[in-house]
Parts: sequence; C-alpha cells; structure tokens
Amino acid sequence: MITRSTPASRIAAVMAVLLFVALLAAPWWGATSTLRLLGEFMVYLALASLWNLLAGYTGLVSVGQQAFVGLGGYILVALAMFMDLHPLIAVPIAGFVAVLIALPVGKLVFRLQGAYFAIGTWVVAEVFRLVAAQVTIMGGGSGISLPATVLKTMAETKFWREAMIYWLALALGFGALALVYGLLRSRIGLALTAIRDSEIASSSLGIKIERVKYAVYVAVAGMTAMVGSLISLQKIRVSPDAAFSVNDWTAFVIFIVVIGGIGTIEGPIIGTIIYFLLREFLADLGSIYLMILGVLAIIIMLVAPKGIWGFIARRWNVSLFPTGYRVHIKD
Amino acid sequence: MSEVLLSVENLEAWYGDAKVLHGLSFQLKQGEVLALIGSNGAGKSTLLKCICGLLQKKTGRVSFKNEVITSFVANDIVAKGIALVPEGRKLFPSLSVEENLILGGNVGRKGPWSLSAIYNLFPILKEKRNAPSTSLSGGQQQMVAIGRGLMSNPDLILLDELSLGLAPIVIKDIYDMLPKIIGNGLTAILVEQDVTRALASSQQFLCIQEGRISLGGAPKAFTKDQISAAYFGM
Amino acid sequence: MIWVNIIIQGILVGGLYALFAAGLSLIFGVMRLVNIAHGDFIVAAAFLAWVVVQATGLNPLFSLIVVVPLAMAFGYALQKWILNRTLGKDILPPLLVTFGLSIILQNGLLAVFTADSRKLNAGVVETASFPLLPDVAIGYLPLLQFIVAVAVIWGLQYLFYNTALGRAFRATSDDSETALLMGLDQRKVYAWAMALCMGVVAIAGVFLGVRSNFDPFMGPGRLIFGFEAVIIGGLGNLWGTLIGGVILGVSQAIGAQINPGWQVLAGHLVFLLVLAIRPKGLFPRIEG
Repeated sequence: MITRSTPASRIAAVMAVLLFVALLAAPWWGATSTLRLLGEFMVYLALASLWNLLAGYTGLVSVGQQAFVGLGGYILVALAMFMDLHPLIAVPIAGFVAVLIALPVGKLVFRLQGAYFAIGTWVVAEVFRLVAAQVTIMGGGSGISLPATVLKTMAETKFWREAMIYWLALALGFGALALVYGLLRSRIGLALTAIRDSEIASSSLGIKIERVKYAVYVAVAGMTAMVGSLISLQKIRVSPDAAFSVNDWTAFVIFIVVIGGIGTIEGPIIGTIIYFLLREFLADLGSIYLMILGVLAIIIMLVAPKGIWGFIARRWNVSLFPTGYRVHIKD
Repeated sequence: MSEVLLSVENLEAWYGDAKVLHGLSFQLKQGEVLALIGSNGAGKSTLLKCICGLLQKKTGRVSFKNEVITSFVANDIVAKGIALVPEGRKLFPSLSVEENLILGGNVGRKGPWSLSAIYNLFPILKEKRNAPSTSLSGGQQQMVAIGRGLMSNPDLILLDELSLGLAPIVIKDIYDMLPKIIGNGLTAILVEQDVTRALASSQQFLCIQEGRISLGGAPKAFTKDQISAAYFGM
Repeated sequence: MIWVNIIIQGILVGGLYALFAAGLSLIFGVMRLVNIAHGDFIVAAAFLAWVVVQATGLNPLFSLIVVVPLAMAFGYALQKWILNRTLGKDILPPLLVTFGLSIILQNGLLAVFTADSRKLNAGVVETASFPLLPDVAIGYLPLLQFIVAVAVIWGLQYLFYNTALGRAFRATSDDSETALLMGLDQRKVYAWAMALCMGVVAIAGVFLGVRSNFDPFMGPGRLIFGFEAVIIGGLGNLWGTLIGGVILGVSQAIGAQINPGWQVLAGHLVFLLVLAIRPKGLFPRIEG
C-alpha cells in the first residue's frame, strides 16, 4: 500500500487544528506578555520556515534575508504614515512591493554561485541598510517610531490592537508553514527535491532549475517582507540597524533551522522551540549564550547534518508533514 | 623462482551499494606483466582502483611485498611503490608537462627514473616541457601520464587503458615503447580493450567477467577460442 | 588636485582591501571554500597583535613576527580538525560551520575584550608623509601598506606557480583524486592552504588595527570588502584581486567625498554594477 499520510501525521493534523484553535483564542486566555512572546515565536517560525525552504530545499544559502525583513518594515511604516493606510492592509502591499524589488535583485545575485551567492545577498542587505540610513524622511540612521495616531486607526482599544498584531503573527507563522508544506507537496515540490538530490539528474529531466529557484527566491522574499512588516508593528518602530540586523533576522534563523533540521518541514518548528527555550534560560549569559548557539550549530552540522528532527525521523521513521509517498508492505 | 610481489585474496568491492567485484584471487610475481582483459564494466578498472587504494569499500586481502595494504589509502600506497597510470590520463590541466612529471616523483622514491630519463624515453616531452599539459596531443598526453607514473619509481605499475581515445598509429608507437617502459624488471598490470595486443605484451593474463575471474594463466596455454569464450561468457 | 589626492588615497586603501581579499581568493582557488568568518579572523588577528603589543611593548608592525606564525598554526589546525570534515559536494556544511565560527569569534572577542574600540599604535610612521604633488601628500603608512599588499600578492603568485607547495595546491584543486595518486593527501594540502591564508589574514589584521580603530564586530564588513575585491577582480586571479581592491578603495574614497554617508555604499554599488555588467569580474582567469 502506498500512502502519504501516516498515523503520526494524522495525529499531528488533529493536534495542529486543536493547537491552532487554542492559539487563536490566546488574547482571551493569555496576558499581554504571553501574546508578545507567542507573536515573536511566530515571527521566528515563519522566518525559519522560509529560510529553510530557500537553503534546505533549493540550495540557495542566503545570509541576506534581513534585506527583505527590513524592507517590509520600512514599507509598512511609510505606507501607514504617509498614505494613512491601515497597517493590516499595508502588510500584503509590503509583500507585493518586495516581490517587485526581489525580481531584479534576484537576477543580480543569481550570477553568483554557492557560497558567493550567500555573501552577495549579504551585500544587497547592506546596501538596503545603508540606503535606509540615508532616507531622512524615515529618520535616517536613528530610524522612526510609528505615531500613536496610526496605531489608533488599527483599533480603539489596546486589547484589540494587541490581538490583531498577534493574530497577524499567527497567520504568518502558520501561513509560512502552510506555504512550504503546500509547495513541497506540489509539482514544484517534486522539482525542488529533484534539484536538491541531483542538479544534473533534474536538468536532464527537463526541469528548469534556474527558473524554479528564482521563483522560490522571489516568493520567499515577498513572504519575508510581510513578516518584516509585522515585526515593525510589534516593535512600533524601524531603524536601519535593527530592521536590517544580520544577527536577529538571519543568524538566529540559520541556527534555528540547523539545530532543528535543515531540509525538513518539522526542523524549523523544533528549532524555534529549542531556540526560545535556550533563550529563556541562557540569554542572561549574553555573549556566552551566543557562543553556545554557535558551538551547538557547528557540532550539529558536523555530527548530525539533518539536525534534531533528522535524527528523530531516521531513528523512528516518523513524519509529521509527509510530502513524499511511503510504501507499506502487508504480510 | 622469482618472488611473489602482489597477492590478492578473495577481493570484493562495492560502488555504493552495488557489488562490482565478487571474490577475486590471484598472485603476481616480480618482473611479470599481467594483462587484464574483459568487456566494458567487467571490473578491470575497479580492480586497479582497489590495488592502488582509490577504492576503499572492499573486503578481502591485498598484499604487496608481503605487507597487507588492503586498508591503506592511495597516497600511502604510492609511497610503497605502486603507481597507477589512470584511464583517461587525468593530467593536471593547471600544471605544465614538466610540473606533471615532477609531481609524479613527489613521493621521493629512489630508482632509475628521473626527469632526464623520462625525456630520453619521450624526447618530444622535453620540447614541450613548459606547455600546459592539456595543450598536447592525445598520444603525447599519454606519454606524460606514463612518465608521471614512472617518476615515482614504482615496483609495480598499473596501466589502465593506455590506448583509450588514441589513433591506431599512436597506439602502436606507445606499445612499441612498452618494453623500454617496463624493461628494468618492473612488474606491471595492463588493462587493455585490444585482447590480441594485451596478450602479446604479457606473460600472464586474467579474464574478468562480471566481477569474477573467468579464465587466467599464460596466454600460450589457451587457444583463441577458449579465451574468447571466457571473454564473452559463453 | 583634490580629486587626484582622493584617488591616490583610495588606491592606497585598496591595498588593504586586497590584503583582506588575498586569503579568500587563495582558499577559494585551492578548495572552493568560502570562509564566512574570514573577516572575523582578520579582526581577531588585530586583537592578538594588540595583546602582543601590550605584553612586549613591540611596535605593532614587528608584532607580526609573533602573530603570523601563531595565525598560521591556528589555520592549519582549524582546517585539519574542523573544516576538512565539512568538505564535500554539499556547500551547506562549510558555509554554516564558518558562519557559526563567525558568531563564536565575534562574541568571544566581545567577552574577552569588551565592545570598546581599540587601536594599534605604530608611532611616527602613522602620521609621517611626504609631498608627491602640491596638495597631494603620501603617508608612509598607507604607502607601506600598499607595498606590503603588492608584495604579499606577488609572494602568493610566486608560491602558486613556482614552488612544490604551489604545484600541490594547483594539482589538488584540479583533481584531488588523481593528486592522491601522487602521494598528495588533500587534507594536508588544504591545511597548508589555510595556514597560508591565515598568515595573510594576520598581516591584514595588523594593518587594519594600525590604520583605524577596531572592535569585535568589524569582521563581517571586512569579509564583504574582501569578497567584493575578489569578485570585481575576477575569481582565481590574484593580480585581479589587487585591482579589485584598488577599485573598491577608490570608489569608497570618491563616495565619501560626495557625502560621508555614501563611502561604504559607493563601494557596494560599484560591486553590484560590475556584477551586473561583467559577472565574471573584470579580469577572470583565462581557462586553459
């Protein structure tokens, strides 16, 4: 018998629905601090899933995704301040504008291969940051805060404002997961797996590798910018150094994916949970904590390149988000 | 009686999960030339790769000069005195002719072969010593590859498909040189598609078919029909 | 005349960028590895020199006698024990491991040396200069830095094409399996390449520290400058890398003259421009 679903995946689906309902109701059962923590969790879950799609499935190792995080943040603030747009409407527009910008940027960085692609994307992010610092109307190097009036347009009471920002985070977190999962189950997913497993084989299969990669890069950029615009709502301000931070929006994200399991859908989820746990207990150590993260990532890369989830999946042959088909042999 | 130089016992080898050699055993005495014949994909090149240490996934036992070298890596085996002239020549394109030859002598074994000895053997290489190795003709490149192998002053040289991709006249030239190449009592294993030529150049032969030895011994001990039956597996 | 001065100073700074880049270029040429922590190693070398200067009272330029061998030994060990384990067809492991190293180095330096910026004091050579033209003065330090960059690149070029080690580098880079048949263990060859790279990194670090203030977080910026010089000049061409560094230095100098905020930006934009019109760089290696 050949199936996609497994007992584990069916249980996971039921759990996911229950979890989603519980999370949806969080504004009524959680304190503001809980909402914010969950919101931040969703931000990292989304960024990690998107980076994983890029690096783990298409082999496009970008160290410059902060370019689109910051871009999204700046676009939202600009739209809200100068065009009086409702921030929630500004989010998809930010994604759309980022797609338009990613089209030519992608053409440029795709001229670099492998590791040079990585540094090329970093240069682009630096260019974005330096340009943002030159835009005086957006506060130049020190950045700008969202005026209270803009926040008022979202909702009159603090409860509903916090709830809306939180629901947006929830939507983007689950949305990114759904996007990756849906994409990998589609024909494009098959193509991506083929790319990952063998470029030569898939090129002879007639898959337009470069076009698939390019499309994924652009789509991920748009979605990343939407997450970035959410971040600017959560922080109620943007500044070049924070919005385009390589540490916050790329380094931590890479650690999450590497520790959780690169090239697996479950990896970013596990990685985000571990990241928040580590941060909860170790963040007081400051730079030592970051060194621990670095050492952990190196050890995982050398010892178990598919991360914690890869280890679990191989050990017990489980899959929460099955994308491939499995063969069951009945006696 | 001359001494046994190389002894292979029950050698099995894999490419990934595919088993390509199924228990080969044979011995090679000092100064002998052994021809390996067999159709494409029979396992001849694989056997050479096992002997020189390029293929690690193997079981059984390979001994050279009474030392078990089965688990040795290629860079140690060449220092022990086994040189491979690889199929397709595999010259280093970034290196000149002379640099390719010098690199062949990298392990620093003493013996009759030196840069000037190679140039005496192949005078054309001296003329082209500073040319990029890949700018030479196929036959000249093969000379570089042979010279590079000899430069390590091996006790055993493995010659893989010397005639691959060369014009018949060039092949003849190279084989005419063979006595000079393996003249000084050098032991050799020769892989060659051209069975007649291979048998004419050797004292012993092994016919390999689907990873097993189907026939072996002195060429004169068998009729042409017996050998071709072993070759084609009839 | 002001522009002549700006361009000349830019060229001299370009020498430093070429020093940042030379090690990257070497490592990529030999083993196709891109070390994300390259810039952090440059900064770490500057801190190491600072420690040596504090301990011995040596002039920083003479501290190289200690710093270069230490850096080389470290590079050999790093390659042998860690980076060799990441090499293969998949580009992710080396990239992510060196990325992890970058974070470890930055935060390690922060933990030990705090975020305060420091400087290596080389004495009078720092401020002394001679007039080349009216209004154009050449500082001895920038000149020395440029000469050292040219010497390092010449030295690497010589080593690459005229020594046994260079032959081993080229052969291993061409075909590591056939190189094994010559008795060349690629892991050792790579370790030597990294040792050499770190030697150059040490020189770059000391000049960085003498020229300007440095702090634990300067590494990524130096990596990017070096990387841009490599790509502008063309992969696999060391002299091209020097010219790439000079172009970057001049672009930054011109940008800074127009608007101080545009210094680094101008360099990035020239890099992107080269990428757009000559993706293989201005002086790509001619394939044999």
